[in-house]
Amino acid sequence: MYRKTIAYRWFTGFNATLLTLISILCILPLVHVAAVSLSSSSAASANQVFFWPVGFNAEAYTRTLENPIFLHSLLKSVERTLSGTLLSMALTVTAAYVLSRTFSGRAFYSWFFVFTMLFNGGLIPTYLVVTNLNLTNTMWALILPSAVNVYNTILMMQFFRAIPKELEEAAHMDGAGYLRSLVTIYLPLSLPSLATLSLFAMVWHWNSWFDGLIYITDYRHYPLATFLQTIIQGGDMRNTNIDPGTLQVLSERTVRSSQILIGALPILLVYPFLQRFFVHGLTMGAVKE
Amino acid sequence: MMETKKGRSKMIRQLPLHLLILPSIIGLFLFNYYPMAGLVMAFEDFKPRLGYLHSPWVGLSHFEYMFTYPDSVQVIWNTLLIASLKIAANIAVPIVFALLLNEVRALFFKRFVQTLVYLPHFLSWVILGGILTDMLGNKGIVNHLLFNLGADPVFFLGNGTWFRITVVVSDIWKEFGFSTIIYLAAMSGINMSLYEAAEMDGASRFKQTFHVTLPALVPVILVVGTLALGNILNAGFDQIFNLYNPLVYREGDIIDTFVYRIGLMNGSFSFATAVGLFKSAVGLVLIVLAYRLAYRFGNYRIF
Repeated sequence: MYRKTIAYRWFTGFNATLLTLISILCILPLVHVAAVSLSSSSAASANQVFFWPVGFNAEAYTRTLENPIFLHSLLKSVERTLSGTLLSMALTVTAAYVLSRTFSGRAFYSWFFVFTMLFNGGLIPTYLVVTNLNLTNTMWALILPSAVNVYNTILMMQFFRAIPKELEEAAHMDGAGYLRSLVTIYLPLSLPSLATLSLFAMVWHWNSWFDGLIYITDYRHYPLATFLQTIIQGGDMRNTNIDPGTLQVLSERTVRSSQILIGALPILLVYPFLQRFFVHGLTMGAVKE
Repeated sequence: MMETKKGRSKMIRQLPLHLLILPSIIGLFLFNYYPMAGLVMAFEDFKPRLGYLHSPWVGLSHFEYMFTYPDSVQVIWNTLLIASLKIAANIAVPIVFALLLNEVRALFFKRFVQTLVYLPHFLSWVILGGILTDMLGNKGIVNHLLFNLGADPVFFLGNGTWFRITVVVSDIWKEFGFSTIIYLAAMSGINMSLYEAAEMDGASRFKQTFHVTLPALVPVILVVGTLALGNILNAGFDQIFNLYNPLVYREGDIIDTFVYRIGLMNGSFSFATAVGLFKSAVGLVLIVLAYRLAYRFGNYRIF
């Protein structure tokens, strides 16, 4: 009934307008940066660019992609994202499978995992452990400390638990061991959740910058996120070890914008796939009967 | 005799399970539990050369210093202020937004809005910090517009008060969309017959929202709210670190950025660890408390 009242129709119109405005506000900054990155240098520094390129050209991109340091850090990021995701998913899957079984050690292992979510040694002790293990300036420093993702493991465990036990019992009857039932029953049945968690892990690795800043001492070997961070925070010279000459070229507005956009591009590309999965995946762990 | 044999064969049968989880256990031990032992340096005058075992013991003096040194007191206060503002806003704004989105009937439009508002959540603060420092700087587009409107320039990132406002508002902007997911999920679980009954009794849509939708959300809101309590000392390291500069250290510095600067930049390992331990300990107490409350209010359990 209420849908026919005039007041409700006014509300619907107002609501649709408001929601549209808010949604646009969420991507406007990104559009602005994209517009600046495709504008001429002079138009950008004169603040003539809003949400459409002025003096369209792609020079900033060619200059960015010709910069060997940038390319190298891009490569580092790809390497880190792929190896880190692979390692972390392997650990997530095996640990989640074990935690989804009923056996005598389960309670202990569960607490061993959960306690790390409640308490941690903090920045300095963790830094000293990584340094003392001689991982500094290696790829291991970026992928090992975060390899076990407790949150993802719990989510994966919930997925595994939803799979009917009868399937595994039948496999056991036929002589299959744990590893075999994990690989031939559980993994094929949870491909969508595996894809979701892998995407989340990839986004996490791509976006991580702080470990690069503290564990990699030579800026030429930074992963992209760390490299971008030092460029953007370039005003505070104490935080960077990039020589001023390089910094000058890199910190030009259009070039910086193109770098930001290239850094965001992989996320924008996988976002449609992420979005299809995450609503289901997130609410699944939250609701219990 | 039978018992032990049975026990042993059970153990052999379960051995693969222990082996499968072993790599994760080693990982957690090395990078999560082993560093906890390093917390002992909060009570020492730690010298890397001497190690944990031989560095001189100083007891609680770092903690005494922390609560009397004006800088660290200010930092704790900044953290509490920024974090509690964020927590309050990040509960209120998503609820209102979810209620508005719930009124949309056209599925296409709903999807469109959701796609756009969830996006900022997935971009890192490095990217967003880069965009914001460019747009909000004194040569940025926002101040350019303000100038054209005849207004004075605003130092969003150079003035302490404005910095705090910028931090809270940009955090809402990044996270509000994603935070609506849990409320939308709860709303989709509301029994439609409740709305029909309310309508029979002559309730307007507004009244239905207040007397049907909101009460149904209360358990979720309580759970989200209590769990957020555990974050009262997490004011957002990534965000602050990518936005701040020496001009706003006084009003914008939080525990995590402070620990980074005095610990890793200035090399005061022990004092930084003490500040970090204070944060972790308060966090632990609050999280345990929050989980107990959440369990009581909403039957929420992680396992």
